[in-house]
Amino acid sequence: MTTLDVAPPETGRPGAPTQRSPRRPAWMSQHIGTAVILAVAGYAFGHWMGNIIAGTYVRVGTAQWNDVSIVLGLLFAILGWLLGIGAFNYGFAKMIGREPAYREDPDNWTKYFRYSVEHKTVGMQYLIMVLVFFFTAGLLAMAIRTELLSPTTHIYGPGTYIQIVGEHGTMMMMMASSLILGPLGNWLVPIMIGARRMAFPRIEATSFWCFSAGYFVILSALALGGFPTGWTGYAPLQDQAAAGMDSYLVGFAVVALGMILAGFNILITIVAYRAPGMTWGRVPVFVWSMFTTAALLATATPTLVVGIYFGLLDRSAATTLFINSHGGSSYLWEDLFWFFGHPEVYIMALPGFGIVAEILPVFTRKPLFAYRVAAAGLVGVGLLSYFVWQHHLFQSGINPDMRPLFMLTTELISIPTGFVFLVALGTLYKAKMRFEPPMLFSLAMYFNFLIGGITGVFLSDVPVDVTVHGSFFSMAHFHYTILGGLVFAFFAGVYYWTPKLTGKTLNRKLAVAHFWTMFIFFNLTFFPLFIIGLLDQPRRVFEYATRLTALNDWVSISAFCLGGSFIIFIVNFVWSIWIDPKRAPANPWDSKGLEWQTPTPVPSYNFARIPVVYADPYHYGEPDAPPVADLEPATREFVIAAQNGQQPAPVGAD
Amino acid sequence: MSDYGESQRQTGAPVSGPAEPSHWRRIIPIWLILSLAGDLIWWFAIGPHIPPGDMSTQAAGSQFDFNVLFLAAWVVVAGVWTYMGYAVYTWRASRGGPEPVGGPAAASNFRVQAAWISITTVVVLAAFVFGTVELIVPQGAGGGEGPNPIWKPTSNKVLPVQVISQQWKFTYRYPTFGGMETNTLVLPNNAWVSFHVTSLDVIHSFWAYQIGVKADANPGVDDVAYAHTRQTGSFTVRCSELCGLWHGAMYDYGKVVSPAQFMAWGKRMERQQADNTKYLPPFAWTYVPTANTATGVFANTSGQAPYSKIQKYGATSAKKIVTSPSTAASTFTTG
Repeated sequence: MTTLDVAPPETGRPGAPTQRSPRRPAWMSQHIGTAVILAVAGYAFGHWMGNIIAGTYVRVGTAQWNDVSIVLGLLFAILGWLLGIGAFNYGFAKMIGREPAYREDPDNWTKYFRYSVEHKTVGMQYLIMVLVFFFTAGLLAMAIRTELLSPTTHIYGPGTYIQIVGEHGTMMMMMASSLILGPLGNWLVPIMIGARRMAFPRIEATSFWCFSAGYFVILSALALGGFPTGWTGYAPLQDQAAAGMDSYLVGFAVVALGMILAGFNILITIVAYRAPGMTWGRVPVFVWSMFTTAALLATATPTLVVGIYFGLLDRSAATTLFINSHGGSSYLWEDLFWFFGHPEVYIMALPGFGIVAEILPVFTRKPLFAYRVAAAGLVGVGLLSYFVWQHHLFQSGINPDMRPLFMLTTELISIPTGFVFLVALGTLYKAKMRFEPPMLFSLAMYFNFLIGGITGVFLSDVPVDVTVHGSFFSMAHFHYTILGGLVFAFFAGVYYWTPKLTGKTLNRKLAVAHFWTMFIFFNLTFFPLFIIGLLDQPRRVFEYATRLTALNDWVSISAFCLGGSFIIFIVNFVWSIWIDPKRAPANPWDSKGLEWQTPTPVPSYNFARIPVVYADPYHYGEPDAPPVADLEPATREFVIAAQNGQQPAPVGAD
Repeated sequence: MSDYGESQRQTGAPVSGPAEPSHWRRIIPIWLILSLAGDLIWWFAIGPHIPPGDMSTQAAGSQFDFNVLFLAAWVVVAGVWTYMGYAVYTWRASRGGPEPVGGPAAASNFRVQAAWISITTVVVLAAFVFGTVELIVPQGAGGGEGPNPIWKPTSNKVLPVQVISQQWKFTYRYPTFGGMETNTLVLPNNAWVSFHVTSLDVIHSFWAYQIGVKADANPGVDDVAYAHTRQTGSFTVRCSELCGLWHGAMYDYGKVVSPAQFMAWGKRMERQQADNTKYLPPFAWTYVPTANTATGVFANTSGQAPYSKIQKYGATSAKKIVTSPSTAASTFTTG
């Protein structure tokens, strides 16, 4: 990278004229409109083909739906979506022996609706998409709590209710696995490590368009009769379910594909694209968390794809891989799913740990306490997460003598998780805390995650698990870790980095109001669920014991208020970004992070010259500490990070 | 955090005066008092009411475990909350950009790190040892142990009950009472019971709440869990694994009665159902359509022994019976 191209100074400077392919005429350009058209056409084609293939199958005749046509329809719809957005253009051009054209994104809002290979554009696309996922699934949560207001008076039928529960869980899980890595990871990682681009910009862009396709596919389940399995999709029920199950499987598969691609891209970027001097001992903690998360995404998610492949075969080709009485095993899905599912849980925790550890030093005006312990904690949690999946199956009857081992591995995770708390508590010691919105959300994350983590120890203890497994107790536990941990950290990150991402300032008063309503109503909603669970209410029930009405009503009303707190966020975001934008200072939090040393808005090439890094970004209160990086290194004046001779290096032009 | 304080510390002089009080002298007493008070209240006032109660040895074990874990957890939670609350109250700065904190207060104290890591490791390993002992001593702690349990009661008088789950109800079969079936689970007091949980369709989970038993029901699988009853009364049975439309309505109530009442009830039920059960296929711990003569056969014409040949519960001779030659042979001991 450093020796490939040495361009003369006048052309190496950013802003110098470059050779670009001419813009296509409007009717030929590819954007979300062409993607939708080809997706619809793809669905029609796949459905038609499926009817030709399987229209005469016996099962199709009795079941009133044809899984083959629905699965093929959804797969061809995804193919059409990717084709229409232009994800395959590069490959096709190479195949017919032409040099692929590089076309720069239009300099207006329409770039967010196109196949952009610029990591900051992809990050913003992800940000909007995760919020769409989050608020859609959040509305479904409101629907769940509305039904649970009364144990006997019903708003929906049980079928509609179970669809809503499954849809809420699946969408939230899809969203949460990309919640931080998608928007903030893609946007910030290259800048934080001093790189100009991602390692694989097209893979990055494709990961987003897979992720967004997943939204529409999983939503299509509602039109196809839903799926009754919840987000775990347990197997004999999966084989029994109506056509909405195909949407679950195909939707999860395409999101999983996006997760694998995003994981590989970020993993390789962090390994290979760090600026000179950005040693592993100087990498920001947020980048460490992205590194471990990306590693888990890239290596754990394929197991889910295998499980989904088996499920699709079972449903459309009658392979009976999950049917005990025909030589399959109902444990097979459970094992494949949780072998992905438990690393997945930490995919949803580690980014949160990274963000809050990144934010604390800025707002305590102190160096990060025990940087190495923080990195070790993140890596330790990531490694151990592969060895715990059977704690979801303590009562399932698999390998009963392995239960102490899985109890041990599960409890061992408390040690690296404790590292994360040690880092926080040490950083708070004799600090000078500024309670800006990011700091408030970070502190709340530690408060909530402590409850979520400690109740996890209860669940890992087999005798206690006999009582609380599958009850609202475990549901409250993982909402404390994901909503209380990850989502609080996400909002900390959003409030912290929005001035950098958009160049606009979010309203502080509204942000603080959002924090307090979210924090209070989150705890009022989810803490009573521990009690409800202990009082024997199983998860995902349509009716419950009348003695639990008061507690459930309390939870429902708090949940509505919690939902309302997000309206404050939406109002603040829309108002401060679009309606009445106020220009943000270059470094509003007075942070030492490398990303804050770049100009706002960050140019498409991030750094005019590749910076030389001297120190980690946490050296607060050390007058003789070196600067974090030299952004104008004389020694690297002419170095351009391009591979094909274009200047200045257009991102993803190779 | 004045320069004066910094220079004092650098010269090794003791820190004193209102400018820099000893924070630990405030934090630790608050923490200790909170921990002790919370733990005492929990152990004596709340803990005894924590589900699943003490209707069986396993339920009592689960309750005891929960309470012991709570005592430890509360000490940790109280410590972190005290520290964080104290920090937020004491070390807050005015808005704007305060001068960064440097010097010893900003250093990453190695001893603190080592102590934290050592203590958390010891606590975690203690929790593991405690949990393992509490799993093995009450014979699997009421959890499903699969078809070949390794931790099982030493008593040779264990009542086998087959729990047949289907969408969306439980049926209970008593193989030692002529294979009679009921929708109300009745158990004798002061007795070991083995639950053989299986399913006819999808995955369910048999959760006898107050008995402290939970075992997944997989089709074609015999998942065994043990419990030792020790109180009479009624209890709730719920399905705790999502099994489709009416998962939430899949519950019923069982009861624990005195041994004499149980024997009277069992014999009466056996007699009442005898005319039907004699036509049933031989007993099997699981329901695989091809494993016994159940498929497509209205009555037992195979000449194999029906239920009534199985040893009575409470009989004096102990022997193992292989129940069905064509399934994976599960065995059980009767008295």
